[in-house]
Amino acid sequence: MKLLSRSLIAASALALYAAAPAMAKTFIYCSEASPEGFDPSPYTAGGTFDASAHPIYNRLTEFKKGTTEIEPGLAESWEVSEDGTEYTFRLRQGVKWHSNEKFTPTRDFNADDVVFSFERQANADHPWNQYIAGVTYEYFNSMDMPNLVKSVEKIDDYTVKITLTQSEAPFLANIAMPFASIISKEYADTLEAAGTKEDLNNLPIGTGPFRFVAYQKDAVIRYAKNADYWGPAPLIDDLVFAITPDAAVRLQKLKAGECHLMPYPAPADIEAIKADGNLKLDEQAGLNVGYLAYNTTVAPFDDVRVRKALNMAINKQAIVDAVFQGHAEPAKNPIPPTMWSYNDAIQDDPYDPEASKALLEEAGVSGLSMEIWAMPVQRPYMPNARRTAELMQEDLSKVGVKAEIVSYEWGEYLSKSMETGRKGAVILGWTGDNGDPDNFLSVLLSCASAVEGGANRAFWCNEEFSNLLQQAKTNPDPAERTRLYEEAQVLFKEQAPWFTIAHSTQYVPMRANVSGFVMSPLGDFTFETVDIAE
Amino acid sequence: MFRFILSKLLYLVPTFLGITIIAFSFPRLLAGDPVLLMAGERGVTPERHAQLTAQLGYDKNIVLQYFDFVGRLLHGDFGHSLVTKKPVLSEFLALFPATIELGLVAILLATLIGVPIGVLAAIKRGSWFDQISMTGALVGFSMPIFWWGLLLIIFFSGYLGWTPVSGRISLMYYFPNVTGFMLIDSLLSGQKGAFASALHYLILPSVVLATIPLAVIARQTRSAMLEVMGEDYVRTARAKGMPPRRVIAVHALRNAMIPVITTIGLQIGVLLAGAILTETIFSWPGIGKWMIDSISRRDYPAVQSGLLLIAGVVMVVNLLVDLTYGLINPRIRNK
Repeated sequence: MKLLSRSLIAASALALYAAAPAMAKTFIYCSEASPEGFDPSPYTAGGTFDASAHPIYNRLTEFKKGTTEIEPGLAESWEVSEDGTEYTFRLRQGVKWHSNEKFTPTRDFNADDVVFSFERQANADHPWNQYIAGVTYEYFNSMDMPNLVKSVEKIDDYTVKITLTQSEAPFLANIAMPFASIISKEYADTLEAAGTKEDLNNLPIGTGPFRFVAYQKDAVIRYAKNADYWGPAPLIDDLVFAITPDAAVRLQKLKAGECHLMPYPAPADIEAIKADGNLKLDEQAGLNVGYLAYNTTVAPFDDVRVRKALNMAINKQAIVDAVFQGHAEPAKNPIPPTMWSYNDAIQDDPYDPEASKALLEEAGVSGLSMEIWAMPVQRPYMPNARRTAELMQEDLSKVGVKAEIVSYEWGEYLSKSMETGRKGAVILGWTGDNGDPDNFLSVLLSCASAVEGGANRAFWCNEEFSNLLQQAKTNPDPAERTRLYEEAQVLFKEQAPWFTIAHSTQYVPMRANVSGFVMSPLGDFTFETVDIAE
Repeated sequence: MFRFILSKLLYLVPTFLGITIIAFSFPRLLAGDPVLLMAGERGVTPERHAQLTAQLGYDKNIVLQYFDFVGRLLHGDFGHSLVTKKPVLSEFLALFPATIELGLVAILLATLIGVPIGVLAAIKRGSWFDQISMTGALVGFSMPIFWWGLLLIIFFSGYLGWTPVSGRISLMYYFPNVTGFMLIDSLLSGQKGAFASALHYLILPSVVLATIPLAVIARQTRSAMLEVMGEDYVRTARAKGMPPRRVIAVHALRNAMIPVITTIGLQIGVLLAGAILTETIFSWPGIGKWMIDSISRRDYPAVQSGLLLIAGVVMVVNLLVDLTYGLINPRIRNK
């Protein structure tokens, strides 16, 4: 041991000696996962987008930092036709593409790049659709773009017209999502000529605030500031992602000064982080919801009184305290309070076991036994489903309902919970993709998604509710949309297809000398505004 | 010797075939469907599910899929990862040097420390050194690696600040990958201090990974030494007045080394298993962490080809161990 510690000291001394050379301002982010690739369109993981879409690329529209509002991106402005089906985008001029060893751009960003970026995803016969064998465009598909987008046309070099099959208000938010990042057509042509198409995914070229430098698989990603960036120039010179999958190790690295900022701390560490003078902690209500979905097509859960009774039997605050350790807000609506059109006037079902018993009696239900499905994985919206289910089980037993907890492997859980004859109530949740209420309400609660392969796990098909959503979706007026969604939330609460559990708080710990980081309600990590004090 | 090597090589063929079957079946026996996992909470329509399954080739008969897999293998095609869409072989080769580097340093550490401890414990049997080191070995052997790694990080990196928390080299050094071995690449880069930094970053992970093999090697060396020390030839050597040091080094240790080498060879499997946890804790970009990620995503091609490649490495190592016996003990090769 003596020998060992002596060599430890020797090695440390050596490293300290070596630590002398000063570098340009380098910001180190201890990211949680390796990117699947650097082309944002084929992938769905947030960690991939943080490494590709956000630093390297831009989109026609962008989310305004720290909000879910839309602002101009590569499109400087746009007009929408009367009927809401034609969008004419005026493109920003003088936007430079990055360059690398294999590619030096000869022209600025223009309409050809936009058409190329959409076409390659939309058209299965496009030469770049299958540039990697087996590649799929999951977000493009799941946002229903193939049915929605009729055509993408170049009017002139700096004008693009996108025609939709129907009026769709969330469209501008959809194209601000990572999958709609704009790729250089000239770079694609260069790679095609060189016979190295797959480099589009390995050596990305974009217009974003940072230029890709190198990726060492599962270890480090390096970026450099894009000096020609069309927006406000980044304040740091180099951006480094140190990939660190374990949350406890990430925190140790942050404490040791090996990185400046980290995502997803363990809930148990929050208090210790707050107490550490070298660190600071940003927090924000997450754009998520955790819920328990009844199967509203199976007796006795098809009776709204039974669902209401069960909702009143469960002590929500106890779950927030025990499972989320207080780092969440009890949920009363299916959309989180940070989202526009959140209806704060709604009263949650009170925790009232006596009223619950009475209501069950009124519904003629006694000796009810049911299943509670607890998901096997941790998610930002649900840190421990098993524990949540246990608390629910205990509460339900107090009103004479016997609950059995079941679980399956994650993939099976997702598919079995969508089987129409399912007996149990399912714990699950959702994190928003684009900040539009439609992205919660239509995906999770509309009639259209109450089918096999949909995500409406309550199988709740209320035509009035679905009509409100449809009206809101096709209405371009934000005030009117807000009113319609508020009304829909009233209906949701009356009909109680879910027991809404919580909206968990998101935390971002960072070194105390970091400034300018803006938390994104969408859970993105972006660094063009960060700075480090010496 | 030639026949000996040939017979060992012939054994590899059926073993390898067996491994292809296991590697192919294992991911498919796990519950879970890669398409569903990709879709997540959103779900996927039955049509889209069928389309994606067909695109991946998983709608075909399972036996056909197996022959397809083996057929491609024979052409050197290990398939493409479902997640990254990159060739599995290139992913493996990119990550494998990191695992080898860590594993070699760990086994070196375990051997250089474990063998002398075992020898000393055997010579001074029953002494306090023997008792303490063997108790330590038992503790080391039962150490949960994840907990142990985190404990060392918190103490040495967090509290004392002697070692870095995780990674392979200080992020201020940046040079291209040549061999994938950080110790070699850092020397090749010619950057001042890079090699020392790489070494510094290796300390904690290799100590953690070496813990279990060290314990096993120390115990095995001790019991092998004790056995050999009781043999007639050792007594004879002593009786004829040979210095004790020489008796131990030449007569006892050399014979005791045969079971110890077997043990060291077997530790390769233990090392690869330990690497999974060690790599995850220390953010070490090797194949252990990669396998775990691939399994949890049901990335069939990565799991099956990854298993196959790892098994292939273990087989080659075992072969080398067998051949080493032949070198050390002529009786084995002449059998």
